[in-house]
Amino acid sequence: MLDINDLKVHFDTSKPLKRKTIVKAVNGINLSLAKGDALGLVGESGSGKSTIGKAILHLVPITSGSIKIDGFETNPLNRKTERELRRRAQMIFQDPHSALNPRLPILRSVAEPLVLHADLRGSELRAKVAELLETVGLPSQFLYRYPHELSGGQKQRVCIARAIALNPELLILDEPTSALDVSVQAQILEFLKELQTKFSLSFLFISHDLSVIRHLCNRVAVMYLGEIVEEGLTTDIFHSPKHPYTQALLNAVPFPQAKQPHREAPLTGDIPSPVDLPTGCNFYTRCPKMMKGTCETTSPILSELSESQKVACHLHS
Amino acid sequence: MNNVSTKITHLTWRQRHHSTIRAVRLYARTFARNGSAMFGLFLVMLIVITAIIAPWIVPYPEDAIGAVHMDLKLMPPSWDHWFGTDEVGNDVFTRVIMGTRITLQIACTVTGVAILIGVPLGMIAVYTGGYTQEVIMRITDIFLGVPGLILAIAIVGALGPGIINAMLALSLVWWPGYVRLVQAKTLSIKNDIYVQAAQSMGAKRLRIVFIHILPNCSSPIIVKASMDMGMSILGAASLGFLGLGAQPPEPEWGSMISIARNYLPDWWWYSFFPGLAIFLTVMGFNLLGDGLRDILDPRHRE
Repeated sequence: MLDINDLKVHFDTSKPLKRKTIVKAVNGINLSLAKGDALGLVGESGSGKSTIGKAILHLVPITSGSIKIDGFETNPLNRKTERELRRRAQMIFQDPHSALNPRLPILRSVAEPLVLHADLRGSELRAKVAELLETVGLPSQFLYRYPHELSGGQKQRVCIARAIALNPELLILDEPTSALDVSVQAQILEFLKELQTKFSLSFLFISHDLSVIRHLCNRVAVMYLGEIVEEGLTTDIFHSPKHPYTQALLNAVPFPQAKQPHREAPLTGDIPSPVDLPTGCNFYTRCPKMMKGTCETTSPILSELSESQKVACHLHS
Repeated sequence: MNNVSTKITHLTWRQRHHSTIRAVRLYARTFARNGSAMFGLFLVMLIVITAIIAPWIVPYPEDAIGAVHMDLKLMPPSWDHWFGTDEVGNDVFTRVIMGTRITLQIACTVTGVAILIGVPLGMIAVYTGGYTQEVIMRITDIFLGVPGLILAIAIVGALGPGIINAMLALSLVWWPGYVRLVQAKTLSIKNDIYVQAAQSMGAKRLRIVFIHILPNCSSPIIVKASMDMGMSILGAASLGFLGLGAQPPEPEWGSMISIARNYLPDWWWYSFFPGLAIFLTVMGFNLLGDGLRDILDPRHRE
């Protein structure tokens, strides 16, 4: 359904008369997503996970690579492929508070994709929007409300209604719950799960919250500095993480009980700048299992460990 | 589905516009609680109404177009002539009241033209980017760097004095402020998530500009326009005072004061009342603008 091949997104942030600075936000990524799959994309801030989501919808300029949705290539984008892409893939953004135009009533926000692609007008359009609101569990009185009158959870439901208006096949969720209260988070996640089975949607779920990913996704890809370091079935990754970075991430998940289990020391330092990537393995500067002589000179290749798990680490090659 | 659509059609106008009604009420209440803003609104309303009904309320309509009554010249304020008379015996009250029409006409034209030039240029600058943006913004900078009134004087000087030329000159120096304002605002709104969301749904540039960006930068434009009404009145009066704007016997406040200053201080009423009119009008628009900013831009709310 979704096939990403060697995707690169580089931003040129050079200032005139200064040294050339290129931010390598996404640096050669391969991903594939089957129909009805939910793939979780994890990584700390600055790892490039949101950029992938935006690149799929061409919200950021793509440097090179191929993105295929249902077999048709969307890069480069032309008039015809754009129409197809916009119909098939939709995105839900992190912050529902700023994802709705404050000057438009809910009716017009949700109607936007329908006006653009389905050519609905008047009472037909109103009925369709009301139906969508009902699908996401909001009463039709909300049609004429403005975003500032809604709570965060309600706004996110409105965003979901807008995203599913055209029956897309792929939904990109960019941390859809991180701006919401915990109780509302649970509701929205349950609802998304229902939605996925009901319409057999494919999810690309971008998050740094591992428990959310574990709950919602059947596959996980772990990103570090614009590259995928480990990928596989959720159960495999959570039970036997192979890459030291994945292990560190899982180790950092807080447990709700007072007596904490024994943990490895957490990672120290910050993620290196995507302008000056480390030589060799991207992770060697922070890796607790760094092997002198190998890790800082050659970069590991993402290779299959088993049928369902791939890892990019010298420890496992 | 059928059930849903009937439910909506059964909503009354009041129910459908519930949010708008509430918002308008909130604005009205916030505004009403602001004393100086209400005073500004009162002054502006007074001036607008005066301008509309001026020809019917002035006691000596012929004085506005330059009648001569030498027997009545330079009379102090009295029951017959509330604001006194000028050096050719024209009623100053009549001329000040009729002057509101010219003044408002100038203010509306200058502000209107400035918005019509400035707002599109600001948007075009952001949406084309690159060299076009650089050219537009640098020209704007040059205009902003030259004092507006001096430039206007130069333009009128080249075109020849007169009310039309004065309006033209003021309009030409007034637009750069709007380019700056709209460019800055558009630049920030363009990166807002709802604009990205619209892009991700395939909205084209024009739709994004008119539906998502323009309505969201209308508040500062309205506030600036209100302030600029006052400032352009001051500009027009200055040009009139220098003899570059409206020409006598046209009852324009600035040109009236220009002649009247020769009769100071003994015949004070001749320059005092047009001056008072300018003062009250400009203050009215400024207070109104301040009040509008308070309700339209919540960050300035206390």
